[in-house]
Order: sequence, then C-alpha cells, then structure tokens
Amino acid sequence: MTPITPFLSVQDLHVSFQTEDGIVKAVDGLSFDVEKGTTLGIVGESGSGKSVTNLAILGLHDPERTDIGGQVRLEGQELLGADRTTMERLRGNRIAMIFQDPLTALSPFHTVGRQIGEVYRKHKGASKREARERAIEMLERVGIPNAKVRVDEYPHMFSGGMRQRVMIAMALVCDPDLLIADEPTTALDVTVQAQILDLLKDLQQQTGTAIILITHDLGVVAQTAHNVLVMYAGRAVERGTMREVLGSPRHPYTWGLLSSVPRLGTSVDVPLRPVRGTPPSLINPPPGCPFHPRCDYPELAGPELCRTQRPEISPDAGHGDACYLTLRQKTDLRTVAHAAQTTQTTQTAQTAQTTHIKDRA
Amino acid sequence: MNETLLELQGLVKHFPIRGGVLIKRQVGSVHAVDEIDLTIGVGETVGLVGESGCGKSTTGRLAARLLEPTAGKILYGGRDIAHDSRRRLKPIRPEIQMIFQDPYSSLNPRHTVGTIISGPMEVNGIEPTGGRRKRVQELLEIVGLNPEHYNRFPHEFSGGQRQRIGIARALALNPKLIIADEPVSALDVSIQAQVVNLLQELQRDLGIAFLFIAHDLAIVRHFSQRVAVMYLGKIVEVGDRQSIYDRPRHPYTHALLSAVPEPDVDGEPRERIRLAGDVPSPINPPSGCRFRTRCWKAQDKCAAEVPPLVRLNGNREGHLTACHFPEAPTVQGDDVVLDPALA
Ligand SMILES: Nc1ncnc2c1ncn2[C@@H]1O[C@H](COP(=O)(O)OP(=O)(O)OP(=O)(O)O)[C@@H](O)[C@H]1O
Ligand SMILES: Nc1ncnc2c1ncn2[C@@H]1O[C@H](COP(=O)(O)OP(=O)(O)O)[C@@H](O)[C@H]1O
Ligand code: SF4
Ligand code: SF4
Ligand SMILES: [Mg+2]
Ligand SMILES: [Mg+2]
Repeated sequence: MTPITPFLSVQDLHVSFQTEDGIVKAVDGLSFDVEKGTTLGIVGESGSGKSVTNLAILGLHDPERTDIGGQVRLEGQELLGADRTTMERLRGNRIAMIFQDPLTALSPFHTVGRQIGEVYRKHKGASKREARERAIEMLERVGIPNAKVRVDEYPHMFSGGMRQRVMIAMALVCDPDLLIADEPTTALDVTVQAQILDLLKDLQQQTGTAIILITHDLGVVAQTAHNVLVMYAGRAVERGTMREVLGSPRHPYTWGLLSSVPRLGTSVDVPLRPVRGTPPSLINPPPGCPFHPRCDYPELAGPELCRTQRPEISPDAGHGDACYLTLRQKTDLRTVAHAAQTTQTTQTAQTAQTTHIKDRA
Repeated sequence: MNETLLELQGLVKHFPIRGGVLIKRQVGSVHAVDEIDLTIGVGETVGLVGESGCGKSTTGRLAARLLEPTAGKILYGGRDIAHDSRRRLKPIRPEIQMIFQDPYSSLNPRHTVGTIISGPMEVNGIEPTGGRRKRVQELLEIVGLNPEHYNRFPHEFSGGQRQRIGIARALALNPKLIIADEPVSALDVSIQAQVVNLLQELQRDLGIAFLFIAHDLAIVRHFSQRVAVMYLGKIVEVGDRQSIYDRPRHPYTHALLSAVPEPDVDGEPRERIRLAGDVPSPINPPSGCRFRTRCWKAQDKCAAEVPPLVRLNGNREGHLTACHFPEAPTVQGDDVVLDPALA
C-alpha cells in the first residue's frame, strides 16, 4: 500500500440488485484507485458492471432496490452511505459525469446556457448574470464557435458532436476534481471523437482533474488512459498501466478483446478472433473462474482449479490479473494469440502516418 | 468486376422542410443524397463510410427502395426501379433485405423469434418446402442460434443474439443483396467480431452481395471488397479496398483514416489530421466542394467548382476521387499507371 491516501479509492465494492429472477451481482468485489491528473480507462463487455460501478461512486443507485457494500473514498472521505445532501453537494461540483447520449442528459426545453449556468448557480451561488458569463466561457473552452450567440440556443440546434461538447462544458463548469465519462464518444464519428478526446486531455492538463473513462473501444483507451482496468462479470480481471495492459496483456479475456478488433494495419484475410460465447449470468455466475466457460486455456492452467476456485487479482499495485496460468505461460500464449494480429503491417499503417499535421483549428 | 446487380445513377434525395404557422409550405430541403453513383456487383461487398448525417442510411434505404428518390436511377438487374409502384416492386422485395443498427428496437418485443423471422415469408406469401417453422429453425442454425429458441421473445436474448435474429430474418427469403446499416455498431467488440465473421461466412457461402454501412473504418476494411467514402450527401472517393486504405487521394479520406484510434502501444505515435468543426448543415451545403469548410487544402477553385468524381492520374482503375487538389498517391504500386491523359 502506498502511504499517501489515494485521491479516489474504491475498495471491495459490491453492488447487487433485487430482481424478479433473483439477485443480480453486478459488481462483486472491485478495487481500484485513481490519482489526480490521471485517467483510468475501464473496459469490458456490456453488462460487466462499468456503469453500475460509477453510479455507485456518484451515489445514484436507488437505495430501495440496491445493496451496496465496500468503500468509496474521495480524499479519505467515505462516499458510500453519505447522506443525500452531501452527495448532492458533491455531484456536479467536485464530481461530474458525462453520459453516452447527450440528448437524454440535456433538457430540450431550456437553452444550453441556462442548463450550464444552472449547475454553476446551484453549487457556486452565482448570480444569473455570472452564470451566463460562465456558460459562455465554458462553451468557448470546449471549442464552440460563436459561443455568445449559441449560449441562447436549444440542444436540438446543435450537432451530435457539439452537444457532447455542451455536456462536457456542463460537467466541467464547477472545475470538478473527478470526472466520470461513461462512453463519452461512442455515439460520435471518428473525427469528432478525436476532437473530444483531445479536448478532455487538454482540460485535464490545465486543471488536473482525475478522469474515469468508461469505453469499450481499446483504441480510445490507448489514446487517453494512463491506467486500465479490465472488467469481467463485475470483477477486475486485469489492471495496470495502459502500456502494460495493452502492450503485454496477461489475462485471456484481455487477449480476446484485443484479437476481436480489426486494425487498419492487419491482414484482411485473417478472420477476427472473437471471444467465444456470451457474457455469463450475474444471477448464477459460473463457479470458479467466471471466464472459464469461454476460455481456451483451463486445460493448461488446471481445469479443476479453473472450474471450482475463483482466481483473485493480486491486491498490490502494479500490473495484476486474475488467472491461474503462470506468468511464463501467459507470455508464451500471448505471443501466439497475438501472432495473427501483428503479422503483416501493411502499407495502411504508413499511409496514416502523415508527415505533416494538417490542423486548421 | 462481377456482373452488376444494383446500380445507382445520379441518385438524389432531398427531404422537404416545411415551415409557416398555418399553411405548411416548403421552406427548404435537406440535401441528404446528392447525385451519387454507385455500383454493386453480384456477390460483392461494398462498404459505405462517412460521418453521421452524411447520407449513408438514406442511400441504403434508397437502394432497398424503401424511399423514392427525388431524381436519378436505381437499376436493379438492369431495370430502373426508382419510381416503381408497390405492385411492381413486389417480386423484387424478397431479393433486397435490410439489417438495422439497433438490435433492440428493430425487433418487435411482443413477437416470438419464430414470428419475427417468418415475417418476411408471411408478408410475401411464401411457403417454403417443409413449412415455415422448419425454415425458421434452419435459419436459426445458420446464424448460430439454438433452433429450440423458436418460441422465445427478443428480450430473452443478448444484443449480439438479437442482431443474429435480425440477420436470420434478412436471410429468410434468400436475398441477393443485403443492406446492412451499421449492423455491428451497437454491439460489444467481442460480439461485433462474431457477427462480422458470420456475415462474412454468409457472403462467401451464399454469394450474397452486401452494402455494408458503417462508420468504423477498420471493420469496413475488414469486410468490404470495395469502399465508398461519403461526405455531406456526396461520394468523395470510391475504389477497391486497397486503393482506399493504402493510397487514398481525397483529403477527407486521409482525415478519416488518421482519426481512427488504434489499440497499439508500440511504434511511433501517428500524427493525426485534426479536422476543425463539424459537418456543415445539409440544408445549405457549401458551394463547390462540400468539404472545403474543413479542408486544409481549399482554394478559390474549391468554392467555385464542384470537383467531379473521376479517376486521377496515379489512381488504379475503378478508383475515383472528387478533389481539385488531391493528395499525392502515397504508395506507388506496379499496377499503377501514370497516365497523363488522366486529370
Ligand atoms: N437497476 C438495475 N436493476 C437490475 N439489474 C441491473 C440494474 N442496473 C444494472 N443492472 C445489471 O447489472 C449488470 C451491470 O450493468 P452495467 O450497466 O454496469 O453494465 P456496463 O458494464 O456499464 O455495460 P454497457 O457497456 O452495456 O454500458 C448488468 O447485468 C445489468 O443488467
Ligand atoms: N425522413 C427524413 N426527413 C428529413 N430529413 C431526413 C430524413 N431522413 C434523413 N434526413 C436527413 O438527411 C441527412 C442524411 O441522413 P442519413 O442518411 O440518415 O445519414 P447517415 O446514415 O449517414 O447518418 C441528415 O441530415 C438527416 O437528418
Ligand atoms: S483462470 Fe483458468 S479459466 Fe480463468 S482465465 Fe485463467 S486459464 Fe482461463
Ligand atoms: S476540392 Fe478543394 S476543398 Fe475539396 S477536398 Fe479537394 S482541395 Fe479540399
Ligand atoms: Mg454502461
Ligand atoms: Mg445512419
């Protein structure tokens, strides 16, 4: 353990929901830290518990239907079980959130200026006028041209990428210490995605905000995250720096994620290698390693072990994973699993390496 | 190239915008698709890429004749079906099928999988040998679902499985052409790969032609033999896969390719072209070249003249580019003929 308190520390988080079919264990013993000025990328399949984790940090689960256990500490302050007023004071102020679909998060009935300003007034007690000034300033900061005019327009008058910028402006209006971005660019085009990711990086450099970036796009992770957490069925299966996890991945599930995505530079004749099957039930998760029904390597790691005992991720900081294979096996298998991906770097890769930056911004 | 299956010629689709308080009169129009030409051969896979709102879905829906074009021709098997009546379209309906992006909303939640997949047979009054139920079970098997799930409802399936149901429905009538509009965009990467592999098998085994619409350039490259790049209602570049990805000439194609984030940690960080701003409104597209408001090479000529979609000097046959000041061909191949007769 590091002696200094981490900025955000999540310890042994459990979140479960009562449903008609039984208890859904959406998050089942998850721990991670996020430091100021850094970005943690959380990746994993749909339903792996990414959003549930972040809603727990934000205190947005319905307490009637949700059981939450563990610790979530922001600079040492416990957030789980904090009362409503405390959480409301934190949300939008010290902790902010960007959602995937800006249209559902923005009200169609108010101008963007009013919506951004409202957050500012609520938390900073600013006057209407100050709030409007601040809204314009924020719109400028996120690169909306002609902000003085656009501040009085309604969300539907903005394009998708601009709405996402408005969302970011709203999230950042109170200079939060922690920004949780849940698939912030999934709905956007690549060119706009690139702009938004650059924008988040710039803003982080200016303000030192800690960012949790949820995404299923490993390319986005490579471009923005300092650290990565790979989730599977409500648990962390691999964690480390971006270079460690993407450059020398250790968990078979991480290999699967990496070999499912086509790259611009790989051979088109090699079929993609998806992870077999579908994600497990969270009501009746498989015993042993939750990944074993989809894994190619239980025979190597010890089928008995994989099927009966759950592997734990090492509690120390650093590159860690939850798999029984030996480090040696992981290194060798990774090389094989990746062979298809890394052979044949065609001319495409070079094409994209343009020699000059063509920036008109 | 193979025999032509579908040919779009000078295709235009403008959607009217109505205004006025009492009397709704037309005050303008959305230029969703503006004079595009595109051919799809028998059994060929053609990818269509571009930013949202550029007209990909509209092109797809025109090609499937779910929309009637404002102008231009849609030649299917040599016959212009652009303005055919419902009755005249009936015999070709089964041959052109669509798969949609959203596996959640494109299936009726109150219908069983059996009813959904046999829908097209029902609508077209087709009774396959052995009965519809048997055909549905066959189709479920083809797309990798359990045939016993005939009586289940969509909500009992995962996103990837629902997309397979949509694919089974599209296959029900042995189509010659499937228009797949962002078929994997809503799916997880691992499931995406499963569905892409499935579509690829279908294409190979059943010889179905595909118009594959997507904004993920790496997936389009993986799936398509030919690729067309759209920008604001126009095709700006089209060619075989290698030409488009290895020697793009249009600045927009370059920008798109360089914006793709790749999960690589080694090697030189790629330098990226950052396009400023957003796609302009299709209600009032820029004069001349529509890309000029975001193009770093734009000059006066670009505002004055619409660049024609032509084969440039240095382009392979079939590789067409619409730009007055194209990028130099990046890689010179043996088969590239530098022909001064070309522009
Ligand atoms: N309110 C709820 N009641 C019951 N189950 C829930 C609830 N919210 C989430 N779940 C379940 O918890 C699990 C994790 O959901 P979560 O939304 O965190 O997934 P995710 O990793 O964010 O996925 P995606 O990539 O699709 O956004 C899923 O099985 C989901 O169905
Ligand atoms: N039924 C419609 N009425 C009016 N405008 C439409 C209609 N359908 C599409 N459009 C407009 O046409 C343009 C192209 O749309 P679309 O083909 O859906 O783009 P893409 O699929 O490339 O995202 C967009 O500006 C869109 O808003
Ligand atoms: S513990 Fe066993 S089943 Fe789990 S990922 Fe490792 S090898 Fe596969
Ligand atoms: S025609 Fe002009 S504006 Fe258009 S892409 Fe070419 S150089 Fe750019
Ligand atoms: Mg989520
Ligand atoms: Mg579309």
